[in-house]
Amino acid sequence: MTVAEKKKPIAERLLEGDRNAVARLITWAENGDTRFHQALAGIYPELGRARRLGVTGPPGAGKSTLVNELVGELRREDRQVGVLAVDPSSPFTGGALLGDRIRMESRTIDPGVFIRSMASRDSHGGLARATIDACDVMDAFGFDDVLIETVGVGQAEYDVVSAADTVVVVLCPGAGDSIQAMKSGLLEVADIIVVNKNDLPGAQRMVVDLEEAVHIRLAGKGRWITPVVTCSAGRGEAVADVLAEISRHGEHLGEQGLSALRTQKRAGQVRLAVGELIDDYLWGEAGYSQRVASELDAGRTPYEVAGEIRDAVLRGERP
Amino acid sequence: MVMVKRKIRVLIGKPGLDGHDRGAKTVASVLRDHGMEVIYSGLHKTPSEIAEAAAQEDVDVVGLSILSGAHMSLFPRVREELAQRGKQEVLLVGGGIIPAEDVDALEKDGYARLFGPGTNTDEIANWITSEMQIRFESEGDEE
Repeated sequence: MTVAEKKKPIAERLLEGDRNAVARLITWAENGDTRFHQALAGIYPELGRARRLGVTGPPGAGKSTLVNELVGELRREDRQVGVLAVDPSSPFTGGALLGDRIRMESRTIDPGVFIRSMASRDSHGGLARATIDACDVMDAFGFDDVLIETVGVGQAEYDVVSAADTVVVVLCPGAGDSIQAMKSGLLEVADIIVVNKNDLPGAQRMVVDLEEAVHIRLAGKGRWITPVVTCSAGRGEAVADVLAEISRHGEHLGEQGLSALRTQKRAGQVRLAVGELIDDYLWGEAGYSQRVASELDAGRTPYEVAGEIRDAVLRGERP
Repeated sequence: MVMVKRKIRVLIGKPGLDGHDRGAKTVASVLRDHGMEVIYSGLHKTPSEIAEAAAQEDVDVVGLSILSGAHMSLFPRVREELAQRGKQEVLLVGGGIIPAEDVDALEKDGYARLFGPGTNTDEIANWITSEMQIRFESEGDEE
């Protein structure tokens, strides 16, 4: 790469097909680097073409394997695919071991595929924001599909879902009955439920239970009834059925529905961004932390201090 | 401005034919415990696969584990493949069964910093951390 090329604005390089620009912009998005915001302004008009698919589910259900197979199916249709694979960060050290690539290793040198591993980091909304940003980068670059694979457990998966047009929840037999799935709230975010490892005993029973659970929740005319499909991602069987349901969900949404859904999700992104800015204003370097500490030392209760901070903020008083 | 939270991102790669990855996994875990984000490539990768993964993941560091004796050809190949992708600035380190004279030759050619058997794992993590700190500071606001 020549110096002149390097000097070009990164948004421009992205739109011209520079893969390193994809990688670097995602890094900036993850870091909360404001240079990303400038770049986004340059690519924002280009957004909206890529289909954004979220894949979530409990650990060991076969998310990475299914994603890998879905990528294979999409590549057969000659679609360009971006993959965001999120793995958990350690809450103690902040470090992370990102291993999802290993299950997608055959895809690394396929120029029609771009895989990026993301650590969940502190995930106080930060992950949700970074995931949406990373999707935007891949969308602008020109990928037809962006697949987001979430961490196995916890709040983070709901955050990630906020970036997707269609959410696929992957479950498998033998990891608790369908009541477990109902408890965890996973079914509420699902547009499509996949019972993976369908060769294991109990798969059919699980499908029946899940269908029942879905129908109890979602009666109503014209509403999307979450389909329950089975496959064996490990054997590469019936993965096309999953893809067919994804397409059907896209058709159900239609152009208007998709546009409304995306606007709703963008509004959520704005709320997150406002939250982060305000949080930084309140508790960043020039924030109210000092004042809180001294008021607490003076013997005030936490709620008295909180009320006072709120009043100070509303009066526009600088910390 | 919201504080930029920069993390050291590392790819641990196993190029070539050797199938021993105990060491690679140990180093990966240690670096994770030092707060880094570590991507493990899996076994039997070609230099181009490793470089491509490093580019997609935008890593700061690539660590190669080579116990097959092919280090004199694999290190330069990975460096070349990285350079072809405009990633020549990536910090390249390595470990494995590498004779002392080869270590000297590789390090002199600027290929890598090498850590042989018996190296204290914290030493590796600390070396990478301090090296990256210097780089992060000198880069400043550049891309």
